Amino acid sequence: MNDFSLLIPEFLVAGLAFFILALDLFIKENWKQHLAWIGFIGLVVILLISLFVESDGQLYDGLLEFDEFTKFFRIFFLVIGAVAVIISREYVHSKLKYPGEYYGILLFTLLGAMLLASSAELLTAYINLELLSFGLYVLVGYERYNPKSNEASVKYILLGAFSSALILFGISQIYGILGTTRFDEMSVAFSALPSIYPGLAVGFVLMVSGLGFKLAAVPFHMWAPDVYEGAPLPITAWLSVGSKAAALALAMRLFAEGFFTVLGELQPVIIVIAASTMVVGNLLALVQRNMKRLLAYSSIGHMGYLLMGLAALVPVVGNGTTTEKLSNLVSNGLLFHMVSYGFTSMAAFLCVIVVYNKTGRDDIAGLAGLSKRQPLVSLVLVCALFSMAGLPVFVGFASKFYLFNAVGGQGLLWLVGLAIVMSLISLYYYLMVARQLYIESSEDNSPILVAFPTKLILGGLFGVMIVLGVYPAPLMAAIQRATDAIASGNLLSLV
Amino acid sequence: MVGVLEVLEGMDSFVLLCLVGLPMLGAVILLFVPAGALKVIKVVAVTVSFVVAVLAIYIFVSFDETAGAVQFQKIYRWLSLPGPWGAGDDAITLSLGIDGVGATMVLLTGIVMLTGTLISWNIRESAKDFFILYFVLLAGVFGVFVTFDLFFFFLFYELSVLPMYLLIGKWGSTSQFRGFTRTKEYSAMKLTLVLVAGSVLVWIAIIAIFFQAGIGTFSILEIQKVSNNAFSPTFQNIFFPMLMVGFGILAGLWPFHTWSPDGHVAAPTAVSMVHAGVLMKLGAFGIIRVGLVLMPTGAETWMPLLIVLGAVNVIYGAVSAMGQTDLKYVIGYSSVSHMGYVLMGIATLNVLGMSGAVLQMFSHGIMTALFFAVAGMIYDRTHTRDTLVLEGMAKRMGVISVLFTVAGLTSLGLPGMSGFVAELLVFIGVFQSYGLLGTILGSAAVVGAALTAVYILRLLSKVFFGPTPEMWESQTDSGSRELLAAGVLVAIIFSVGLWPFPYIEVIESGVNPILAMIPGAR
Repeated sequence: MNDFSLLIPEFLVAGLAFFILALDLFIKENWKQHLAWIGFIGLVVILLISLFVESDGQLYDGLLEFDEFTKFFRIFFLVIGAVAVIISREYVHSKLKYPGEYYGILLFTLLGAMLLASSAELLTAYINLELLSFGLYVLVGYERYNPKSNEASVKYILLGAFSSALILFGISQIYGILGTTRFDEMSVAFSALPSIYPGLAVGFVLMVSGLGFKLAAVPFHMWAPDVYEGAPLPITAWLSVGSKAAALALAMRLFAEGFFTVLGELQPVIIVIAASTMVVGNLLALVQRNMKRLLAYSSIGHMGYLLMGLAALVPVVGNGTTTEKLSNLVSNGLLFHMVSYGFTSMAAFLCVIVVYNKTGRDDIAGLAGLSKRQPLVSLVLVCALFSMAGLPVFVGFASKFYLFNAVGGQGLLWLVGLAIVMSLISLYYYLMVARQLYIESSEDNSPILVAFPTKLILGGLFGVMIVLGVYPAPLMAAIQRATDAIASGNLLSLV
Repeated sequence: MVGVLEVLEGMDSFVLLCLVGLPMLGAVILLFVPAGALKVIKVVAVTVSFVVAVLAIYIFVSFDETAGAVQFQKIYRWLSLPGPWGAGDDAITLSLGIDGVGATMVLLTGIVMLTGTLISWNIRESAKDFFILYFVLLAGVFGVFVTFDLFFFFLFYELSVLPMYLLIGKWGSTSQFRGFTRTKEYSAMKLTLVLVAGSVLVWIAIIAIFFQAGIGTFSILEIQKVSNNAFSPTFQNIFFPMLMVGFGILAGLWPFHTWSPDGHVAAPTAVSMVHAGVLMKLGAFGIIRVGLVLMPTGAETWMPLLIVLGAVNVIYGAVSAMGQTDLKYVIGYSSVSHMGYVLMGIATLNVLGMSGAVLQMFSHGIMTALFFAVAGMIYDRTHTRDTLVLEGMAKRMGVISVLFTVAGLTSLGLPGMSGFVAELLVFIGVFQSYGLLGTILGSAAVVGAALTAVYILRLLSKVFFGPTPEMWESQTDSGSRELLAAGVLVAIIFSVGLWPFPYIEVIESGVNPILAMIPGAR
């Protein structure tokens, strides 16, 4: 018996998407700019509802699994999605046609991300991943008359389709050997195997490659800078946070529930990817002149840190027992850093969007003298960059410390050392932006006016960066519940 | 009267929280003051600085040196870390407390903060942003001195580096030399990156310490209890040098000192005062608080290297200072030289040397603050710091010349001033330690003091005393506000120099328990 009340938030998001698509057909042109508000308020209401929706059970015979982990990601995606919708408002109004479709498709990608966090079976996960990706393919090319946007879209579709094929091939390998695609059954089948077959390793590597594409991990990162640059700015923001967090959610559940028993042996693959991702991302960011490309490479760098966390996600001896379980410390760190990266990124992108809307410039030199022209945006941007660099008192410091500390405890101190050095390198290019904001001056000193709602969102994101940095305990309690949910069922006996 | 005392006693446990919180609060208040309201900004800045300085003095005076140990303790739970040790509810705690060494440093910071605010009174450009960053910087500094938790120690340590880039890059000055230019942006970037590079090593070491201790807490006091069993000599020998170099970079340890002269010269006056006066001490303080306390065996292994590097610092800094033609570069290199005494004093691992090192940290902080304040006054008036151009300033700037002379004489260790007491203790400590090596290095240190006399006296005779060329005839002397700030510093220099025992008693109460931990302490 399926209890569909578990899916209430997902149904509501789908309903909201259809509602906005339909409403677009009936309202006058000058009313369409308010569609963003409908989407935003709708998402906030869904967010409030999903706080109270029971999230404990299974649907469709275990294809979808609902637990605290699902709930955590669901709320995270709704918050980030609501921010993505509202920061699109002015951009869509001034630069894009067909707002209804834009918001509708954006909400469908949100739906895909939410479902991905509850997928407990490989093919279901694949379908949800495609739901997320297809929407993004359209949105990335939404500026139809901008050649860069078109180029980005084609690049994204071609490489995206390729990576989907890799994932499917990987799934078929795993199914061929294990005879199941359900995470929990995979785990059991693994423990029955005498050793890891080459075919399984191939399947794992293919799946990691596919996910690596979504996360923009090196060497599957080539699309990221071009797509970031070409896509409409709010979509870039959503792409860099929403879709990556979704891929991370899938990876965590897959690793924790499916590959749990063999993670130790497969660890080197992820370590290599993680190390190269953070090195390449941070080093290439040094030479960027465009803010979007800089943020693209910096987000690649951050994915490197998260992948490092995934690599460290191996079973360890639990609290005073003789059984092995997933390290809570590492999975907490992963989620913490993901949340921190998400909010900080959104803040940084919003600042870039504000400047782009008013001045039409998205290069780093275009930010010169911003502290005089728009002190609030300048303050939020510099704080977001400092947070990404991992400086206190912002959330980036606490989350990096937590994650690096957790990974260091798994015997990967050298990898953590590399990550810290990369963090130091990242400080250089963040400071170069800070220099434009505060030290350089521009010829044009006219103030940039910002609408009040945008100021509120800016202030809110700024507040989140500080509050989570100063007092993360409540967030960590929620994260602890989420990670307990995916780690609980799996105990390896050491005897 | 009784009522007031009771209130104060009740406050005692919050006094350290206020010390860190007040500068932060000041920064937050300033955030909401409109940038145009210059008067309000100044009033807020001076009020906060004054209250914090009073608080710092209160802490130093009411610190019970006979009791020693950690006082004013207060622990707040912050975050739990689950792991093999259990739920780890006490993993990260804001563990505030202060020992003799910390109390001395807090006093120093309070004084330098107040005088720095007075000196930067005339900042016109974005005064609001300046004081916000200045207060954030000081909150970080106070935090380091009063925290007994590795996480928060590191947090405050990084916090004190964060505002430096903007402070130097925006309000700093570019140095012109005949052959080349050293821009403030370059110096700011160099300083920030080198200092953060130092904290990379510290960060790695902290993670290693946390897991090696295996008790699931970052509390220094807790880890200290298990350090003998948990940290094998090999572990200590690997990770102590990381701490020593990581913190040493901030203390101006040769050969990683080059950020220091460049950064201090480019920085605006108040920031130079705080940075050279207080921030460099964070490095030395870190070696003592984290390095010596948690890894005594590692310290013993590596201290001979530190004492040699410290001696190189002394000589190298002094020789470099002799060759400079920029007033602030002379002071910058003299800081490198004087921090050498601090490092040598720590490396002696005996009571006299260590106490001397801490007293030297205090004395050098006050002296350098005075140096940079005076250099700032001269620059404000003449718009140059070139010692080849400045000549015979004493005629029109009598008071300023006297102030500079006082700082200079302290620097070369004239008896009666704070520098003499501190350096004497260090010298005796060095001669007592390491047998022949100690004798050789002690002699080198004394030679360093003589070299200091060479460049300081030469500077004094050239820049201040001598015939005054016509171009400097129309200069004005220091104003009353500047005099007040400098006067406070001068008074403290003499008070330490003439009656150092109260300071030394407090310092020794902090140094003794640390040395008691070290098996081979001399």
